[in-house]
Amino acid sequence: MAAAAGEVRLIGGWPSPFVLRARVALNLKGVEYEFLQEKFGEKSELLLRSNPVYKKVPVLLHHDKPVCESMIIVEYVDAAWAKSGQAILPADPYERALHRFWAVYIDDKWFPSMFGIAKAQTEEAKAESVEQAWAALKLLEEAFEKLSKGKAFFGGGTIGYVDIALGAYLGWAKVIEQMAGLKLFDEEKTPLLAVWAERFCAHEAVKEVMPETEKLMEFAKMLRGK
Amino acid sequence: MDPPSSLKLLGSWADSHTHRVQLALKLKGLEFEYQEEDVINPSPALLLHNPIYKKVPVFLHSDRPVVESVVILQYIDETWADNPIMPSDPFERADARFWCHFAEDKLAPAVGAVFSSGEGQKAAVDQVHDNLKLLERELRDGAFKGQRFFGGDKIGLLDIVLGCGSYWLAVFEEVMEVKLVDPGTFPVFHAWLKDFEEQNEVKETIPAIDKLLEYARGIRQMMLRLSNGTSTTVPATAGTTGAINVAVDGSSG
Repeated sequence: MAAAAGEVRLIGGWPSPFVLRARVALNLKGVEYEFLQEKFGEKSELLLRSNPVYKKVPVLLHHDKPVCESMIIVEYVDAAWAKSGQAILPADPYERALHRFWAVYIDDKWFPSMFGIAKAQTEEAKAESVEQAWAALKLLEEAFEKLSKGKAFFGGGTIGYVDIALGAYLGWAKVIEQMAGLKLFDEEKTPLLAVWAERFCAHEAVKEVMPETEKLMEFAKMLRGK
Repeated sequence: MDPPSSLKLLGSWADSHTHRVQLALKLKGLEFEYQEEDVINPSPALLLHNPIYKKVPVFLHSDRPVVESVVILQYIDETWADNPIMPSDPFERADARFWCHFAEDKLAPAVGAVFSSGEGQKAAVDQVHDNLKLLERELRDGAFKGQRFFGGDKIGLLDIVLGCGSYWLAVFEEVMEVKLVDPGTFPVFHAWLKDFEEQNEVKETIPAIDKLLEYARGIRQMMLRLSNGTSTTVPATAGTTGAINVAVDGSSG
């Protein structure tokens, strides 16, 4: 469903996994939107005005009204365009609770351990973060088994809330895998997730907006050089 | 309506996240069985139903667990449609969720820091004030302008999340001898809090202030004893951290 020009705008940056979440949700619903790419190192007036509390991307502007926080944006898109595309959150309240819980877990436990690998100053610190990341993925593998019910995604036949929450980190996960010389989404440790990861990245709604690994690597190198 | 035995809540009497769920259930007119948990020694049931976080609150509906208080509140609202606590408009829902996130992410840790920090207390108090300023502005001029509660005429999700926790402000003001919610500086927030605390369901849920004061003083004494009277931030130990977490930003739940 096409939106009128200017009706939907998304303030973001191409490397951000949080921005990616918003973009995937909008793509799944077939929403046309204007992408307002922030200049690296600067925050636009519009961003500061639209998200005065956190001053961060992504910010969705729908009829100029701002929605902030990536998973809140995803849920908003699901509700505001409920009649378009497939549902992102399931209909059943208990399943919704499970999806919301795992999204919290992903940001709360998985992301810090993944990021910890990149930040680690010593081999011990790195090894500890890697163990934590694998442990988190094992739990997510079990969650996938339960939620997918034998289908392709956490959301079942289509990309759902948890898919977006976790999938958004896949670009950076690949960078960290290369930099650290290890596999995070390991076919032996978490076979279902290893397959799911490729499937998610190849999806129509994702492949155009998932940043390329080489570009992220360059970006990461630039950040380190700073 | 479900029989009482099908709804169960594992909680802790001084935990604001537990209060959120109790209040929501009360507002919905739902009866439930309550089990008090010792957060230092979680019961087998708690470990079974919340193996990842091992914390209260845990809500059980026909033995199926839901954890994380804001997730629980939305589950309750979506399962029992009467007396809604979420607005119906998607934008207003997003706004309520945003400020709930703010309450957990910024306000609660700042309030906790007032209680647990030694030398850093002035900075912690300033943080609380900065965060309250944002809420005050939103109440006065922003999305909630002119409303009695964040939820409108009636208490809603954001009132429950902010309200169950805000009573610690008065407790810490007394125990730590600092001013956190000056009615002159935060008139609208102050008025909202007083109004919230006057609601019958809230009075039935939140423990009496003298019990909370006694509890907070007890923890404070313990912290001071541990630090031998030196004014540094108390190192975390299972006991104090657990207790403080329960008291302040919740047992993660």
